[in-house]
Amino acid sequence: MINMEKQYETVIGLEVHVELATKTKIFCGCSTAFGGAPNTHTCPVCTGMPGTLPILNKQVLEYAVAVGLAANCEITRYCKFDRKNYFYPDNPQNYQISQLYLPICRNGYVEIETEGGKKKVGIHEIHMEEDAGKLIHDEWGGCSLVDYNRSGVPLIEIVSEPDMRSAEEVIAYLEKLRMMIQYLGASDCKLQEGSMRADVNLSVREMGTEEFGTRTEMKNLNSFRAIARAIEGERERQIELLEAGDAIIQETRRWDDAKGESYAMRSKEDAQDYRYFPDPDLPPVVVEEGWLEEMQARQPEFREGKMERYKEEYDIPEYDIEIITASKCMADLFEETVKLCGQPKKVSNWLMVETLRLLKEKGMDAEDICFSPANLAKLIRLADEKVINSTVAKEVFEAMFDSDMDPEKYVEEKGLKTVSDEGALKKAIEEVIANNPKSVEDYRGGKEKAIGFLVGQTMKAMKGKADPGKVNEMLKGML
Amino acid sequence: MDLLQLTAVELSGKIKAGELTVVEAAEAVLEQIKKKDGIYRCYITVDEATVMKKAGEIQKKIDAGELTGPLAGTPVAVKDNMCTKGMLTTCASKMLGNFVPVYTAEAVLRLEEAGALVIGKTNMDEFAMGSTTETSAYGETKNPWDIRKVPGGSSGGSAAAVAARECFAALGSDTGGSIRQPASFCGVVGIKPTYGTVSRYGLIAYGSSLDQIGPIGKDVTDCAALLEAVASYDKKDSTSLKRQDTDFTSALVDDVKGMKIGIPREYFGDGIEAEVKEAVLNAAQVLEGKGAILEEFDLSLVEYAIPAYYTIAAAEASSNLERFDGIKYGYRTEDYEGLHQMYKKSRSEGFGAEVKRRIMLGSFVLSSGYYDAYYLKALKVKALIKKAFDDAFAKYDVILGPTAPTTAPVLGKSLAEPLKMYLGDIYTVSVNLAGLPGISLPCGKDSGGMPIGLHLIGDCFKEKNILRVAYAYERARGPFGEPEL
Amino acid sequence: MAKRLGRKEKKMANEISDEMIEYVGILAKLELSGEEKEQAKADMGKMLDYIDKLGELDTSDVEPMSHVFDMQNVFRDDVVTNGDMREDMLKNAPGEKDGMFIVPRTFE
Repeated sequence: MINMEKQYETVIGLEVHVELATKTKIFCGCSTAFGGAPNTHTCPVCTGMPGTLPILNKQVLEYAVAVGLAANCEITRYCKFDRKNYFYPDNPQNYQISQLYLPICRNGYVEIETEGGKKKVGIHEIHMEEDAGKLIHDEWGGCSLVDYNRSGVPLIEIVSEPDMRSAEEVIAYLEKLRMMIQYLGASDCKLQEGSMRADVNLSVREMGTEEFGTRTEMKNLNSFRAIARAIEGERERQIELLEAGDAIIQETRRWDDAKGESYAMRSKEDAQDYRYFPDPDLPPVVVEEGWLEEMQARQPEFREGKMERYKEEYDIPEYDIEIITASKCMADLFEETVKLCGQPKKVSNWLMVETLRLLKEKGMDAEDICFSPANLAKLIRLADEKVINSTVAKEVFEAMFDSDMDPEKYVEEKGLKTVSDEGALKKAIEEVIANNPKSVEDYRGGKEKAIGFLVGQTMKAMKGKADPGKVNEMLKGML
Repeated sequence: MDLLQLTAVELSGKIKAGELTVVEAAEAVLEQIKKKDGIYRCYITVDEATVMKKAGEIQKKIDAGELTGPLAGTPVAVKDNMCTKGMLTTCASKMLGNFVPVYTAEAVLRLEEAGALVIGKTNMDEFAMGSTTETSAYGETKNPWDIRKVPGGSSGGSAAAVAARECFAALGSDTGGSIRQPASFCGVVGIKPTYGTVSRYGLIAYGSSLDQIGPIGKDVTDCAALLEAVASYDKKDSTSLKRQDTDFTSALVDDVKGMKIGIPREYFGDGIEAEVKEAVLNAAQVLEGKGAILEEFDLSLVEYAIPAYYTIAAAEASSNLERFDGIKYGYRTEDYEGLHQMYKKSRSEGFGAEVKRRIMLGSFVLSSGYYDAYYLKALKVKALIKKAFDDAFAKYDVILGPTAPTTAPVLGKSLAEPLKMYLGDIYTVSVNLAGLPGISLPCGKDSGGMPIGLHLIGDCFKEKNILRVAYAYERARGPFGEPEL
Repeated sequence: MAKRLGRKEKKMANEISDEMIEYVGILAKLELSGEEKEQAKADMGKMLDYIDKLGELDTSDVEPMSHVFDMQNVFRDDVVTNGDMREDMLKNAPGEKDGMFIVPRTFE
């Protein structure tokens, strides 16, 4: 048990790896697409063949600078790549091209919301580097297998200052980073798929002390839940050690989320001496003023800006604005659809009600939405012009959510249009009146509510393809 | 006259004139290899069948007027550290004993585009680390002038193959003198161009910031033609330069009137053999006689070049050679337990002693706590050495000196004392550190009949200056002669 | 002309310990036999003594030069140029299975 007499403070810094959304790898023309058969996205460069040389993908640099600018960093005007030397089979050259001495961005911060209000989390640096390949354990063969498809996929590593004090702050920070990077289009930042990965550096100290305690680094955290659990677990482990009078060892630990515990990743064969030195194969990158200005001008509107603008431009509730702008995809969808149909309120309704419902049901993120603004605009028009009624509209929307088909064609093909032929409607109503004398009696006897049942029966007879308002009106007249 | 005694450019001229065919030239070279390579061991790989097939193809292109350049139809050799698709590329190491590249080095592609016929891959010091070609895992190459002597290194196989008439010209690579020193020892001509002039794509790296590919030939003209063919901007090599002035053969002018030649006093101090000194200074006199202006001067920091060079080269090599781990290609040990033992055993068995020595040194100078004192210090000294050359080239068009302090040493004497062997690189390594072009050409023989090399160094991008001086000297010198094989 | 430091600032001869050779062996993934180790200690000591000569030069205001030319900003465009080369990439592998490179197991 933890001795509650002493109060401990948790000090957390994060190293966040983000896979950039480039089409090709950082140093060769291989595709970064997910899901290829093993080693089908590889070439002599990214498998470390003798004699090969790296060439920097310009887009990697531009994304890194964009993230740095968004995180209020200083952009390093003269930056270089260094080799980080260590042997591991997922690393085909046995060195990783990274940046140690002159990383592209330094000294920034992001602002997060905490219980105690706004807080700045310092960004120590952001550097560019290459991802490693994937190791697959072969149970039958008693060996491991290497797939270099991910080898050379561009990453940025965002290194924070040790400014966070709780799991909540860590998650707020990660969410902030994720949103910012998604707004930039620099990455989709999916923790589960590994396009965003966080290593947690954590130490504890007695409340009120200035000095940092010995920290450990935790890896293999692939969900917010795992991060929160790992932070709690490591905090307790360290406090227990301190309480028992034991020293904390500075080391890298691997979090096992299933077991809820971490273990040291130590080996006498890992000297942790990476022998960094400037890569002689890559000339420096010089970010000149004009280029930086260009990149700055290309920065998109971020969430805060959007929220302000929405308040002025669109007459929709503040709550809607918050939800819609929480995802760049959702915000884009909203704006583009409004541009097409000019009805912010209705667009917002479709997003807030039906879209959120379906996302939740299907366990999807806003980034997974597949229907286009054009099709949503068409659907809104179909409903507006009463070509379809609201029940049919929901049905069409569900189909559109799944496959992004054209709602006009769909309505046409499935024969879902509201019947506007008054003769057919009149005939149906006459039949309903004839078959439901009890309800007719009730209505005539002053029970206004009975009309609802009759409308329902008529709609049923019309197979849903009538305008309920019109049915109501005609029924009243005919009764 | 024996066909094999022609220079590359002469041979190509005769082929284009219809006096000889590419097949005849190829057959003559293959025949010579059969007769002589058992003695000299210039080659690691010769692919006869492919050579003869390609010879026919090249002849057709010449006949069709598609190949008209100065090297069309010439049989050439390539150092075994340049990747050749489908042809074994070993770096003279057990580590790559079975390595067949899936692509061809850019420089070799350029040479083939010029119509040259690649005969095979030449012997070298393992991974280009050495000055004698004795560190090869496939046996040492012998000097065609005296088989008791080394051919120099690391491009010893290429230089010896040219001298032994087992090819008409060859490509070598030069990290600290590896083209110029064997050219000097074998009585042939070799050029190390300005860093970035020839693409390094496909050259198996030793010291990436120092490595350059260059030609080895029978005379200055052949080397200029070869360099012109292989020099190119390559977007696959980030350190490749966009140069417009690679028409090197235009510099073959017999006129050095008014050219300023600096002679560093420091190049003629301790350690240089008297006969070498005399031959080189005589060559300088010849140039003066042709109107060049000679001046002795003090080139500073000469004694710091070797320690700076070995620190940088070893550090880069330790990293460059990490990829040889028994996983993707090359040698993997038979018995091992676990990953780390597999690494250690494969590498310890696959690499030879000199390679391991440099990897150990390089890993050490980069390791935590030593980086600043050794590696960073060496990079600073490199900057100072570059500055010293900049100052010299403000005054001189060309710097003249010996290529090596001695002629070729006897086989088996050098590796026991590596430091002493390294000291033999005193005149060549600073050129690599400063990225400069340098040429070595024969300027005499010692009393034992071994060739002596004249070393001309130019400022960056000034290959034409050294070619012009070398060409004028060569004309004045007359035929150097060939070894009796 | 670069300034030279006085001789008294030169380091003492380098003694390479067994631990150091062991450590460098781990970094470089080289396993040396007892004899090789002794040789390596001697060689490295001598080389370092020699390299220590650089210490004679005062380089306090010199920028380290990793690239000899003032080249910068060499980029490629973000365009896919490579297709499936798997077969070629695996051609030289000492061990291959299911389109992947075989390595000794890396998981405990």
